[in-house]
Amino acid sequence: MNDRNTDTGIGAAVLRKEDRRFITGFGRYTDDINEVGQCHAVFLRSPYARADIGEIDVSAPLEMDGVIAILTGRDMAADGLGDLPCGWSVKSKDGSDMISAPHPPLASERVNYVGEPYGVVLAETRQAARDAAEAVATDFGELEAVVVLKTATSSEAIHEAVPQNRCYLWELGDEQATDAAFQNAAHVVTLELTNNRIIPNAIEPRAALATHNPASDEITLYTTSQNPHLARLILSAFVGLSPEHKLRLIAPDVGGGFGSKIFVYPEETTVAWAARRIARPVKWAADRSESFLTDAHGRDHLSRVELALDADGQFLGLRVRTTANLGAYLSLFAASVPTYLYGTLLAGQYRTPAIHVEVEGVYTNTVPVDAVRGAGRPEATYVVERIVEVAARQLGIDPVELRRRNMIQPDQFPYQTPVALVYDTGNYQASLDRALDAIDYGGFPARRAASEAAGKKRGLGFACYIEACGLAPSQLAISLGAGVGLYESGEVRVNPTGSVTVFTGSHSHGQGHETTFAQIVSDRLGVPFDDVEVVHGDTGRVEFGLGTYGSRSVAVGGSALVVAADKVIAKGKLIAAHMLKADPAAIDFESGEFSVRDSNQSLSFGEVAFAAYVPADYPEDLEPGLSEKAFYDPENFTFPAGTHIAEVEIDPQTGVTEVVAFVAVDDFGEVINPMIVEGQVHGGIAQGIGQALLEHGVYDDQGQLITGSYMDYCMPRADDLPDFDVDTTITPCTHNPLGVKGCGEAGAIGSPAAVMNAITDALGTEEITMPATSEKVWRICRGD
Amino acid sequence: MSGIHVSTTINGDPVEFVCQPGETLLDVLRDRLRLTGSKDGCGTGDCGACSVTVDGRLVCSCLVLGAEAEGREVTTIEGLADGENLHPLQSKFIEHAALQCGICTPGFLVAAKALLDRNSNPTEEEIRFALAGNLCRCTGYDKIVRAVSAAATEVRKQEGRKQRRSF
Repeated sequence: MNDRNTDTGIGAAVLRKEDRRFITGFGRYTDDINEVGQCHAVFLRSPYARADIGEIDVSAPLEMDGVIAILTGRDMAADGLGDLPCGWSVKSKDGSDMISAPHPPLASERVNYVGEPYGVVLAETRQAARDAAEAVATDFGELEAVVVLKTATSSEAIHEAVPQNRCYLWELGDEQATDAAFQNAAHVVTLELTNNRIIPNAIEPRAALATHNPASDEITLYTTSQNPHLARLILSAFVGLSPEHKLRLIAPDVGGGFGSKIFVYPEETTVAWAARRIARPVKWAADRSESFLTDAHGRDHLSRVELALDADGQFLGLRVRTTANLGAYLSLFAASVPTYLYGTLLAGQYRTPAIHVEVEGVYTNTVPVDAVRGAGRPEATYVVERIVEVAARQLGIDPVELRRRNMIQPDQFPYQTPVALVYDTGNYQASLDRALDAIDYGGFPARRAASEAAGKKRGLGFACYIEACGLAPSQLAISLGAGVGLYESGEVRVNPTGSVTVFTGSHSHGQGHETTFAQIVSDRLGVPFDDVEVVHGDTGRVEFGLGTYGSRSVAVGGSALVVAADKVIAKGKLIAAHMLKADPAAIDFESGEFSVRDSNQSLSFGEVAFAAYVPADYPEDLEPGLSEKAFYDPENFTFPAGTHIAEVEIDPQTGVTEVVAFVAVDDFGEVINPMIVEGQVHGGIAQGIGQALLEHGVYDDQGQLITGSYMDYCMPRADDLPDFDVDTTITPCTHNPLGVKGCGEAGAIGSPAAVMNAITDALGTEEITMPATSEKVWRICRGD
Repeated sequence: MSGIHVSTTINGDPVEFVCQPGETLLDVLRDRLRLTGSKDGCGTGDCGACSVTVDGRLVCSCLVLGAEAEGREVTTIEGLADGENLHPLQSKFIEHAALQCGICTPGFLVAAKALLDRNSNPTEEEIRFALAGNLCRCTGYDKIVRAVSAAATEVRKQEGRKQRRSF
């Protein structure tokens, strides 16, 4: 870090640049934008979980006031639009490819989940479009739906091409070695686990506004996306909406994503197609019911977990069998979430020598399931940290002690796990120790006794999690089935007056990149923080990008900016050397000054920038201008890890569980802005506590979503949550220039296991599934 | 359907508009008056993103008809700052990083203002209870609660200064 920027450079808790517009009501989200002449889209949606679409009678609604057009999946198919693809191809253990069911943006022959769109009404007002949509008469031939995950593979096939509704049966690890470990075990601990289905619920519903310019044939689509370039690539290359250079996607301010806005959905696709087809700007904003029904859901796993231990409590082997619900179609990342983002994390923080995991990915007549904050890693952590806690209880070993006995030691890095990953660095004991201090582990028995004296039950639960972030080395990802590279692009454009405009392929929808990325570039170039502007989220301004998910933005997108900034410095040195009549090798760059080593000659960054654009005294062999790009492809994943501890108190009279303390000590490597990192952890913990105590996406046996509103789906509110006690330890990532690992998902990864370990500790039974609602807890307390 | 003519006051300014009988106050603010700071998060009064005050009372503008604004005083997020001078709640939200994506923030600020207007010295529990009608998916509420508490201190200081001046 250079001296000039200690208040705003790397490591400083800089207040966020973006906040002023948000706190004054001048944020500009997709639904805040309007185009002259726009009309409104309302979708025709299936009321059935599975049905053949018969005749669609639109004659009456087409006569209604304000109705412009009604388009269906059949119109879209006639226009030749392609299916929405899954971007990751997974192979089954027998070597066969996964079976991907065709997913047209608008259904034309059959619908496969409640809420699936099969048409769209376009009208002058939203209300007119709603009224007309109500008046459309569609003949549906209802079919039996496959809803129950447990029996889905023995039910009728949903898609003709997919026998037993099985998309894939994937495995990872050494089955024989794992079997052998179990044969030699002194103890085997077994657990059946359910990872409940959750609904992401960004507070901004998805929205889209598309305009077609007939003169240029360009479509501009404002949309709520975490990765507009990736969405453009898919809409162009797979869906065939429009050539890439005639399609501009703008994701302006986006009101939270949590994974749900990674994917290319039917509605945004349809809006762009319709705008060209009817030659009018078309706007759509989901209402909350549509968000519940159609945003990709998360988790929804059934697992059988077995842990083999020797007589001393050393882990010998871990065997996991998981059934993962994929929903009715494969969403964009769906295939990878319960496989490469899940099975690879089952070593956790431990030296378990043999691991074998089998995952059956299964179709059901429910909305597609895909990445939600953590994506596979919360599920893996739940498996590992629940079974470890149960093993400690069954063997009568302190849960901290059992973990310590099995943790990878700080001197064992780089560490090759039996499930493919190589952890580059870490110090799990350090975060554990810090967390134990923070929770006052030694004082817990007294606190428990005090609770008991007051008629309450108190419990403590641990989660020592690991995650793989910074997605991802491109060649590795592509060799494992990814359809795209997972590098990130960055451009550092120095303006003639020395201010800097930064372009990044990462997207900020709450993460604060406009601040963090400005800190990185300001620190590197020695330019004042306020002279750095960050541009993101517009395919018309930013060259390319893979977007924001998997806690990748700073590790990959931030690293790209470092590389680009270093190219700026390198060129600046050539210019400065010429101007100062020195050897380029003798030019140093420090704190925004180019200077000749061992002399008092120097030029400011601004002087060099000006010379680059007004090249009066300039090297003959150098192009004018000072703007550099970089595509940064990571060498490895990053491995944030840490310890989360939840302490709960249960009132047996009401079944209400209060999280009385929550400690998170995380190792994210170097921290750019501790204030922002703290906030990311808080939000993740809140979502994880929500999953553990409150949230559950439930379909009835007909495939109707019965948790389709905030009255039925319980979101954590201000009075449900405690203050959080969060801290960090640091082992810098070894393979990116910032030493960073990523912090966006850790909270949601560690907290469900910590909370459930605490609740089962308090209740003295493992027989409770997430969410541990007050009703479930109350029934257990009553002995029901 | 004929429109309804409404005369009202919004953020201190006299405003007239014509709306349909079924239009909500939120629709009017966003679509007719282009005051898009109030957000549409659920349409059912469950998320609080559309919070405004009507005659000083905190309401979800998605549950109030536009026509009901007749003769009332409506305050939205756009009216919270005094020109360039931020309200203490706004300043403290920035200082405490009490927002991330920002979509719920206008609703939280309006709801917190309504709290401080009736209780400028709330406990943490009172703050959490008062803001339980507003959903935030990003922050886990911790920093919001701290910001509101800090803003309350600031508001009390300002009130103290005003009182001293009036003596």
